Amino acid sequence: MTSAIHIEHLTRRFGDLVAVDDISFDIGHGEIFGLLGPNGAGKTTTLSMLATMLEPSAGSATVNGIDITGDPAGVRRSIGIVFQDQSLDEELTSWENMDFHGRLYRIPADVRNPRIDELLRLVELIDRKDDLVKTFSGGMRRRLEIARGLLHHPAVLFLDEPTLGLDPQTRNHLWSYIATLANEKGITIVITTHYMEEADRLCNRIAIIDHGRIIAMDTPARLKERIGGDVVTITAPDPDRVISILSGAGFNADRGGEQVTVSLENAEQQISGLIVRLSENKVAVTAIAIHKPTLEDVFLSFTGQTIRDVEADGKESRRIHHRAMRH
Amino acid sequence: MDIVYTIWLRTMKRFIRSKSRIVGSISMPIFLLLFLGFGLNAVVTLPGSENYIAFLMPGMVAMSVLFSSVFSGITIIWDKQFGFLKETLVAPVTRLEIMIGQTVGGATTAFIQGIIILVLSLFIGLVVDNPFRFLVAFLFMALIGISFTAFGIAIASRMEDMHGFQLIMNFLIFPVFALSGAFFPITSLPPIMATATMLDPLTYGVEGIRYGLTGSSQIDPFICLVVLCGFTIATTAIGAYLFRKIRI
Repeated sequence: MTSAIHIEHLTRRFGDLVAVDDISFDIGHGEIFGLLGPNGAGKTTTLSMLATMLEPSAGSATVNGIDITGDPAGVRRSIGIVFQDQSLDEELTSWENMDFHGRLYRIPADVRNPRIDELLRLVELIDRKDDLVKTFSGGMRRRLEIARGLLHHPAVLFLDEPTLGLDPQTRNHLWSYIATLANEKGITIVITTHYMEEADRLCNRIAIIDHGRIIAMDTPARLKERIGGDVVTITAPDPDRVISILSGAGFNADRGGEQVTVSLENAEQQISGLIVRLSENKVAVTAIAIHKPTLEDVFLSFTGQTIRDVEADGKESRRIHHRAMRH
Repeated sequence: MDIVYTIWLRTMKRFIRSKSRIVGSISMPIFLLLFLGFGLNAVVTLPGSENYIAFLMPGMVAMSVLFSSVFSGITIIWDKQFGFLKETLVAPVTRLEIMIGQTVGGATTAFIQGIIILVLSLFIGLVVDNPFRFLVAFLFMALIGISFTAFGIAIASRMEDMHGFQLIMNFLIFPVFALSGAFFPITSLPPIMATATMLDPLTYGVEGIRYGLTGSSQIDPFICLVVLCGFTIATTAIGAYLFRKIRI
């Protein structure tokens, strides 16, 4: 069986900056695949190359069995894409935006019109079909863009940060909507996001990408199993002291931003021992929390940083990246 | 052709909805025509018998077509900034089809605005004595529309955002207009300016329209046609080349 997407040693450089660094993997048909990582990690660059918007510096890839450099037009016909930034014409109505797309993909009118109708119903915008897009909310625009991406029945749908900047309620709505879509239409969906909990809920498989490299790839459940046991998060005025004491006592303690995280089997029973150890050494502790491992913890254990830390550091490198993009 | 039509259709829909833009862009030539025309009509005597208003009309029609076509071409920067260009560029169509669609669309809107000025001119003394010759004026308006929309696209392809727009309008498009022989007979200009006027491609558009409307022009209409066709081919080729290299 061929894969929906097959990537071999794909690399993209912008000047000295290696945005995507020799990645190789396969995505199966009908899979919902998540590319997870902080801003500037290389997610969008990877997507741009797969969508033939950007030429790879090295390596190759096929989408739906078609080579991205050999037959870009063929790839374009078999993919739908929802960009990170909005790409609707605000001066047109939602129907006209769909119609423009349908004509651009050369879908004949007798197929196009019923399909637009069906999709606008699906994303619950049929009542607003003759309203200009500039009157739409962020969530409505996103739904319209997803509907538009599906209009030409793509084999693969790319969603680049589809829920960025949306309120939590709209976000939840959109994700359940995407899940339904993947089930009903059987298309392969590739999503980039840095909302860990969303990726966890939705994706069959996840690749964690950082500094242009894939650092882990598996199902969300198996990724979390790798952490081993539960996660204890300790907030303390002096996190380094907490780490040195706990490490000395045989605990597996790590710095996670301003907090300390400890992975612990059966945390509910084991935690008293941990607390006793801390109070024996008279260490001040502000708060302790136990939770099941999340992808956030997975990210932390693979990179030694929480995704939020990386974002905070990322500002400078993003600027450099941006400058590199311009030249 | 279907792709060109699709992009043309979008341009037309946007055009019809932008009423303030239409009013804005035809107001300037109308003001000039009325104020300069009526103001100077009594004091300016032109070699030949026509009055100054009649002399101004072709220039004002050309002006209206010129400014709106350059503007239409440059608006692809907005598509770039607001992201819509991505939607077009990621579709399985060639860049050339997109560029031609944009050009034909922009030229059509510019042509319509020129027609509006023509129609309004009928109320202040424009006489249609030969309908066939009028079609010649239409032809020249279309050529100005196509060449300068393509010119706008060429400029827009190299611009990052709209900041440079005013600069382009003031230092490139306005001189093109002012030197086009729209205001003054070429023969009455000092030699340097007369030479500059002869180098200005719009001059041949203005004179072509002048021939269409009045039956006489300062340059042979056939020469006008040849020069303007050449200019149209050149700008379209350059626009298509630069548009192909757009990175987003």
